[in-house]
Amino acid sequence: MGRFIARRLLIAIPTLIAISFVMYAILALAPIDPLAQFALDPRVPPEVRENVKRSLGLDQPWPIRYVKWLTSVAQGNFGISFMTHAPVADLIWQRLPNTLAVVGIAYVIGLFIALPAGIISAIRRNSIVDHVISSFAYIGFSVPTFFTGILLIIIFSIKLGWFTFLYDSRLQVRDFETLVAQIKQSIMPITVLALFDAAVLTRYVRASMLENLPLDYVRTAHAKGLGERFVVLGHVLRNSLIPVVTLVALGVPAVFGGAIVTEQIFHVPGIGELLVTSIGTGDTPVVAAVVLLFAVLVVAFNLIADILYAVLDPRIKYA
Amino acid sequence: MLVAAACGQATPAPTPTGGAGASATTAPAARGQGGELKIIYWQAPTILNPHQAGGTKDNDASRLIVEPLASWGPDGKPVAILAAEVPTLANGGVSKDLTTVTWKLKTGVKWSDGSAFTADDVAFMFTYRCNADTAATTASACKSTASVTAKDPNTVVVTYKQPNANFYEWGVGTQDSIIQKAQFNDCVGAKAKDCPANLKPIGTGPYKLVEFKPGDVVSYAMNDNFRDPSKPFFKTVTIKGGGDAEGAARAVCQTGEADYGWNLQIPLAVLQPMLSAAASKCQFPSSYNALERITVNFANPDPALGEKRSEPDTKHPFLSDLNVRRALAMSANRAAVAEQLYGKPGGEAYCNVIVFPRSKNTDSLDVCKYDVAAAEKVLQDNGWVKGTDGVRAKDGVKLVINYQTSTNAARQKTQEILKADWEKIGFKVNITNSSATTFFTNTAPDGYAKFYADLEEFASSQDPDPTSFLEQYICEEANAKANNWNKNNIGRYCDPAFDAIIKSLKAETDQAKRDQLAIQANDYLVKNVAVISLVNRTAPTPNGFSKGLKGVKQSPFDSSLWDVMDWTK
Repeated sequence: MGRFIARRLLIAIPTLIAISFVMYAILALAPIDPLAQFALDPRVPPEVRENVKRSLGLDQPWPIRYVKWLTSVAQGNFGISFMTHAPVADLIWQRLPNTLAVVGIAYVIGLFIALPAGIISAIRRNSIVDHVISSFAYIGFSVPTFFTGILLIIIFSIKLGWFTFLYDSRLQVRDFETLVAQIKQSIMPITVLALFDAAVLTRYVRASMLENLPLDYVRTAHAKGLGERFVVLGHVLRNSLIPVVTLVALGVPAVFGGAIVTEQIFHVPGIGELLVTSIGTGDTPVVAAVVLLFAVLVVAFNLIADILYAVLDPRIKYA
Repeated sequence: MLVAAACGQATPAPTPTGGAGASATTAPAARGQGGELKIIYWQAPTILNPHQAGGTKDNDASRLIVEPLASWGPDGKPVAILAAEVPTLANGGVSKDLTTVTWKLKTGVKWSDGSAFTADDVAFMFTYRCNADTAATTASACKSTASVTAKDPNTVVVTYKQPNANFYEWGVGTQDSIIQKAQFNDCVGAKAKDCPANLKPIGTGPYKLVEFKPGDVVSYAMNDNFRDPSKPFFKTVTIKGGGDAEGAARAVCQTGEADYGWNLQIPLAVLQPMLSAAASKCQFPSSYNALERITVNFANPDPALGEKRSEPDTKHPFLSDLNVRRALAMSANRAAVAEQLYGKPGGEAYCNVIVFPRSKNTDSLDVCKYDVAAAEKVLQDNGWVKGTDGVRAKDGVKLVINYQTSTNAARQKTQEILKADWEKIGFKVNITNSSATTFFTNTAPDGYAKFYADLEEFASSQDPDPTSFLEQYICEEANAKANNWNKNNIGRYCDPAFDAIIKSLKAETDQAKRDQLAIQANDYLVKNVAVISLVNRTAPTPNGFSKGLKGVKQSPFDSSLWDVMDWTK
């Protein structure tokens, strides 16, 4: 197992370098200008914009910029943002808590909805309950989040005036009052995302349970006279969760990557929002750092998923 | 379901804002009576030093903290801010030969840290932003300025290299905001970019910084050292960034969660119901100064020319024919574009090129009147004959137009409106668009600067003095490969007769005569259809304000927050 992990970690390095190269090349070759906003401002003439671009190092050929960037990243320095002129790492740290507070919590809630829903749906297959749950699951992942998001805003912010859709990142939960405020400002984005996550995961839990239910060991357990509850939760669920656990692990990087659309709609200053605005403004150092971070997480959680698989399923051995 | 359950438990509040400022509605304006002023910018501020700004958002967010000597007022005249009075020829502040301008500063002005504001700070701004390595986005005035010196602690002398009829080029508007010498002394040149002070400047303005999360939120508190003891009214200000224009419009007009929303240019079909609803909470002051126009390519964009494509020394196969340009202008339905797509909050139909002074002579011109039949007649009478495919041609040249612009709902609808009329009279129009971040570059082949198309549409604002705007139509300014497409004459228009008018305008010092020459130049461009103006749009941007907000005076020439100290509720 130790050798397996070591080998996988070594393979990860060239993978990440390749990812970073492709990403940097795409960013560098896209004709995006960090000063495009000033393009038509008569007070910011082209020669002034050229000079600013030069000061940002954009006059150098991109392969040189890439090598410089990679060298500094290898030393743990993600560089300086073109827009704020502050360290990129600071920007990411500043936004991570918001993303985790919304996207992370939504993922956990989604999981807690999906597990019972999937189990009930599977053991009561083809019943009314199963049809209701399945219908909700289908609706959940076929209706886009930008639609449910706007719908919630129109109902709960505009018509009823209960919740705000302007997320305030300065709010710190200290007492009951601030907790209520935090719930009020994050309940809509969390709901939107949790419903989506729950819908996807419910389908997996259900499918996995259905695969296990007709197997011999379940019949054996029943024949031994074990109670229905123990058979389902103690035997079937445990085995069904193996693929689900790996799926959940693979979904974690997406949590850190933020929810681009939902963050935008609810003004949550998260990682996804940072990525989108940085792409729009041509802030290469920020985009590169966020994408690289995302790549590292994907590689890491793939490895974690594989390890978990071996831990949960004794039949699987890595040599 | 989860939503319903949670909502049932939540205590319904009448409005999410709750408003600490509500109690002050009837009280007379006094410092700090007004609670929190909530502002929303869907493009979030990322830096608070206006000299390193990456966009209007940054200029605006810094304007609450740092101020210029004078602001551009709504009528295009300077309003003294840090200056005791605005220097003019009449009061002797501006020298007769238009080379030196002497600014007297207000006395007793303090920075928010309590130290004294002096002429040294003003002179420092010259050293700072005119150092090429500082790479300031505000460096444009450096080209014409020889020096800015502190004559005594309250007097600053600006010396231009040549007589400068635009003698407020240095000192007026957001670009000329004064930063503190003590704070930025070590941030000149190469050290300017990652200087920590860029994110927390000290200023003389009505507010000082409390917290800044770049790309997210800026919070301000009243500056206790602000020179006017009765201002500002609002105790704190928050600029929340992010989201999109539609969300910002909702926050100002529908939920009232924000008092001011910046640049709410959204489709009129979405905005109009928000404005006209009985419960609407917002208003849009109109001050127009951003010309949405169609730039005509006078060079030949034919890809077959290779490197010579769209170079100024080539000639457009049919747009170089005045009759063709006239037909396009006469069949451009400006009123439909203005009324259906921009509405009153967004702009008015416009046919002139310059906004100030406004020419009346063009009202009667045929190129300013929408008349499709007359336009068709112009083509027919001048030998452009319809082929079997309905497209007119002359000597083998077909009237096939590539019309490009940036991705933007109103612009794509404008393209469709114009295309429909132009195709009626015998043009074939291909419309394309590309995202603003690539369109507004000098590198993208589908960008506005290279202009590898026949027509293109965009907007820009103008200074109160029209000279620099008019200069973008002189031969010398033509965009070309040789100048890396970095000049301002995008259409490669070149006419010695027009250049002569601009030459005399630049030499003239008498204001009345300058206005006359500017109007003459304007009329010349309109008559010759050097450009097809469409809409004079709201400037600086279509901003939405809460109906309860009082004292807001938008200036089309300055930051939308230039008078924030006068706002009350």
